[in-house]
Amino acid sequence: MADAAPPSKSRDLDKLLLRPGNLVGPTFDPGVQLRDDLQEYARVLVVGAGGLGCELLKDLALSGFKNLEVIDMDRIEVTNLNRQFLFRLEDVGKPKAEVAAKRVMERVSGVNIVPHFCRIEDKDIEFYNDFNIIALGLDSIEARSYINAVACSFLEYDSDDNPREETMKPMVDGGTEGFKGHARVIVPGVTPCFECTIWLFPPQVKFPLCTLAETPRNAAHCIEYAHLIKWDEVHSGQAFDPDNPDHMKWVYDEAVKRAELFGIPGVTYSLTQGVVKNIIPAIASTNAIISAACTLETLKIASGCSKTLSNYLTYNGVEGLHTKVTEFVKDKDCLVCGPGVLIELDTAVTLKKQFIDMLEEDPKVLMTKASITYHGKNLYMQAPPVLEEMTRSNLELPLYDLMDKTPKDVLHATGTINKDDKKSSGLRKLRVVFKGIDGVTDMDMAGGA
Amino acid sequence: MAEPKTKYDRQLRIWGEQGQAALEKASICLLNCGPTGSETLKNLVLGGVGSITIVDGSKVEFGDLGNNFMVDDSSLGQSKAKCVCSFLQELNDAVKAKFIEEYPEALIDTNPSFFSQFTLVVATQLVEESMVKLDRICRQENVMLIFARSYGLTGLVRISVKEHTVIESKPDHFLDDLRLNNPWPELRGFAEAIDLNVQDPVAHKHIPYVVILVKMADEWKTSHGGTLPSTREQKREFKELLKARMAAMDEDNYKEAIDASFKLFAPQGIIAALKEFIANEGGGEVPLEGSIPDMTSSTEHYVNLQKIYQAKSEADYLVLEERVRNILKKIGRDPHSIPKATIKSFSKNARKLKVCRYRSIEDEYNNPSPAELQKYLTDEDYSIAVGFYILLRAVDRYAANFNHFPGQFVGGLDEDISRLKTTAVSLLNDLGCSGLTLTEDLINEMCRFGAAELHAVAAIIGGIASQEVIKLITKQFVPMTGTFAFNAIDHKSQLLNLC
Repeated sequence: MADAAPPSKSRDLDKLLLRPGNLVGPTFDPGVQLRDDLQEYARVLVVGAGGLGCELLKDLALSGFKNLEVIDMDRIEVTNLNRQFLFRLEDVGKPKAEVAAKRVMERVSGVNIVPHFCRIEDKDIEFYNDFNIIALGLDSIEARSYINAVACSFLEYDSDDNPREETMKPMVDGGTEGFKGHARVIVPGVTPCFECTIWLFPPQVKFPLCTLAETPRNAAHCIEYAHLIKWDEVHSGQAFDPDNPDHMKWVYDEAVKRAELFGIPGVTYSLTQGVVKNIIPAIASTNAIISAACTLETLKIASGCSKTLSNYLTYNGVEGLHTKVTEFVKDKDCLVCGPGVLIELDTAVTLKKQFIDMLEEDPKVLMTKASITYHGKNLYMQAPPVLEEMTRSNLELPLYDLMDKTPKDVLHATGTINKDDKKSSGLRKLRVVFKGIDGVTDMDMAGGA
Repeated sequence: MAEPKTKYDRQLRIWGEQGQAALEKASICLLNCGPTGSETLKNLVLGGVGSITIVDGSKVEFGDLGNNFMVDDSSLGQSKAKCVCSFLQELNDAVKAKFIEEYPEALIDTNPSFFSQFTLVVATQLVEESMVKLDRICRQENVMLIFARSYGLTGLVRISVKEHTVIESKPDHFLDDLRLNNPWPELRGFAEAIDLNVQDPVAHKHIPYVVILVKMADEWKTSHGGTLPSTREQKREFKELLKARMAAMDEDNYKEAIDASFKLFAPQGIIAALKEFIANEGGGEVPLEGSIPDMTSSTEHYVNLQKIYQAKSEADYLVLEERVRNILKKIGRDPHSIPKATIKSFSKNARKLKVCRYRSIEDEYNNPSPAELQKYLTDEDYSIAVGFYILLRAVDRYAANFNHFPGQFVGGLDEDISRLKTTAVSLLNDLGCSGLTLTEDLINEMCRFGAAELHAVAAIIGGIASQEVIKLITKQFVPMTGTFAFNAIDHKSQLLNLC
């Protein structure tokens, strides 16, 4: 019995999108409209164009998504070529995002991918709001934390502290290391966000200073001594650049000398690179598995064609093969995806004197050099100089006025977070409530007739 | 051409030069290059396998452009094998890539000896009947075989090899080989020369925990008739004794000793393969592994301790090597036919050796394991995965009867569903599970899939299959034992112990 319908390019995907089912999402509405809407209207951002990013772009392009964008600040290196399959030897040195976008568009007709060769922090917060779903292929906790904070900053709560569905910005996050990996779904306000479960990530290995300085025992100790202690002693003022082969060679030579002094074997150039750059071993197969799992979840969230992962999948292929799904629970007091840091203020409080300065001391914020935005409008920007000059006059004005005299609303503050002696750039959601204005809408009315 | 070492740096840190060399010597045959096969091969090509041969008789259709990255608009109407081959060759010019425009079923039926030239065959999207035949051929020719299948939101991966031995299993978490409860003379002497009651506080907190535990164990044995702490009460008491010896709160070496005291109580294991060594020089123990974990200590103590462990490991290995040579001589083989490197690896990994055995497909199908299946079918965490495993077999039976897969075409879905249900019931009967049923939802879902080969599912199945191929070829890490049943609905996939 042959198929009467004309051949469809999405022959296989059609089975999932055009047919009704029972094990599907609650809003699933199968049909040609769904498939076409997915192609025309769904917009997905892929963060990272490396091992996971390349796979994500290919998988998404072949899973019904036609409007993709990708952001990555790195250039292609030779060591990427064993798994970042969109790149060839002649591409070394070029921006990853641009080459990846170009390659996928060449092979999958009909898909449009806009590359962004820059840091994730360089984009306006509103840039991220343009997408239905954000797919993360990152390799650092800091970067994940940042995007997580951005996505969660769009979340709004109603007066009963319930999250408003239309402001939820879903994310799918993947990570790999050797034969291990994870894939998770984050729906701000519903599932835990990245910060809610930050304890999942083991603390980074840091050798105690006295071990490095006085009692080294293995090759890594000798290497880190050269990298973290000796370098500054000899090159004071000049920052160590891990991508500079001369710098790396210097560290290697010093590590060898120290190892000889203490009778410690095992310092090799390869190990030196590994320790200094914190190189994570990586192979194509694990990246393929995790990225595809993330893509499936993206498709499910966008179309409802099946039930979604709830909400954290771990994968381990070292001994046999083990997958596990854990349903983590949101932290209702989470500073990032929760209703926000509640700040009660007087209507007379000025932007600079009381508010911005106060953020430095508030234990739930601890932010210095804060830039403040309100519904996308810059109230005060610390940088670049031209914006700083433009917004400087706001500093003396009451915050209440700058917020259009809204009795309570959400502000976003970006700046340097100083927590546990660690400085990192961060974004915080602040729920500002102005005191004592119930019944009195503005000064004029109160004083007038 | 890229300097091989640099390009492969990130994976060399996992399987080393030896693993890479094994990959580069391997020749892989792929059957069917839809997305499942193509994605499997992509990962292997990137990893640097020696050669690939793609076998597929189909031409590229319009629908293939929507699920296979290795074909593009210009490939329409051409041999799929040819197009996929040419894309894969671009990914790594060090790999020798060939293709054969032929249907795998035809080769299986008319030219079985074709497969003997390969190290391993990756067989994708084959139905039951072909799987059984191919399996017989590969077992006969001693060629490793792995099956991979994608079907809607499900799929499976299954290795078929008579026996696979792993020396370098490289487990994630493995107890160190410290011999704290049975120190040999040199270790004992080293510990005896160090005074736990040294006055200098710096020296006191830089005594390695190995020494602390060896000495404290001796003290305990003296006052407990030569035995070590065995009851929970005794183990707690032992830890209290350790705590009492701390001179200050910041003594990391003592904290480590308390945390590591369980290593003193752990029982020893015996491995049959080293019977002779164990019965003689080993005195009941396998050859010493030789490495020790990092621990708070002065550099001098640590380096000396390391040397003591390494010396014993080397000495044990030499004894083992001598015994291996003698055994080889006795059975009339060249005493040097097993290389030093292999014996050394064997010696160091003696506690971690693994053997994996797989039943033939025929055996699995003709002699099912009803008890296992029943257990899985009634366990909430397994029910969807095992349900799909059974349904994958059911759709193959269905296809053998009706010449199409249920739901493969538009229209007539209801009839397909009811026919699939009948087929599934009959299969469950044959599997010895006649009392059990699969849910209506799952059967409907299987028909909804209509044998679709979705790219994302193929990428996952391909990723898993390629990873297992790497383990089989490098003989490092432990391959999966069991059939991997993939479940993309709630991601509760499972390894089913049926083979």
